[in-house]
Amino acid sequence: MGRPCFLPVTSETTELSLPSRVEAIDKAATAVAELVTRSGIGEDAAFGIDMAVREALANAIIHGNKLDETKLVEVNVTNSPDSLEVSVHDQGQGFDPETILDPTKEENLLKSSGRGIFFMRNFFDEVNWSISPTGGTTVHMIKRRAN
Amino acid sequence: MAELNIEERQAGDVTVLDMKGKITIGEGSVALRTAVRRMLEEGKKKILLNLAGVGYIDSSGIGELVSSYTAIEKDGGQLKLLNLTQKLQDLLTITKLLTVFDVYESESEALNGFK
Repeated sequence: MGRPCFLPVTSETTELSLPSRVEAIDKAATAVAELVTRSGIGEDAAFGIDMAVREALANAIIHGNKLDETKLVEVNVTNSPDSLEVSVHDQGQGFDPETILDPTKEENLLKSSGRGIFFMRNFFDEVNWSISPTGGTTVHMIKRRAN
Repeated sequence: MAELNIEERQAGDVTVLDMKGKITIGEGSVALRTAVRRMLEEGKKKILLNLAGVGYIDSSGIGELVSSYTAIEKDGGQLKLLNLTQKLQDLLTITKLLTVFDVYESESEALNGFK
């Protein structure tokens, strides 16, 4: 018998599949938040991550799948020593993120929508969209751990 | 229990809405919209939203605050915000909406702020 060895922290992945209902946002976000809590990310960063994840879920369910309950939203969360990565995939037609107006510009301040993507970009270090060849859109968000 | 509970009280000619819960997409945002529309229909145009009990808000909820503000102003009224949590204050800061809303930490000061 050798000495006990402690494995370094590796990755933890959570995968979820949810129906396109507004009520599903809270359940999925809660599951993601549990992983985030286990990852040891600080409270302030965890708040922002939770908010951004809820915005991504809402976009996928409402704008992507247009509340069509026959369409699913798939969520993949990977926590690694370097980063936390969240992907949200819908079965919608996709959109051009460059067309989203900056909600902090004076002419847009009184618009009632358009802040969801702003929060996602604000609370994650990297946010990218891709359109799958098999259909649907995936938003991929990366939060890097501070060294 | 409802996602957002709203209790109405009168302070002079100002209607105070004490809010408790979440203002998020769906039920919470709709509850706020419905309450503000009802106030305007009843001719109550000076509205103070007490947000002390609002622990969470998303982009839809913030959008609803903006819609409430524009609807009330359009009707010749005034909307002010009271007792924001630190998190909500942070969100209004990064969205630059603190430059739009009148925000107070004291109810008496907020009430005095109405014209």
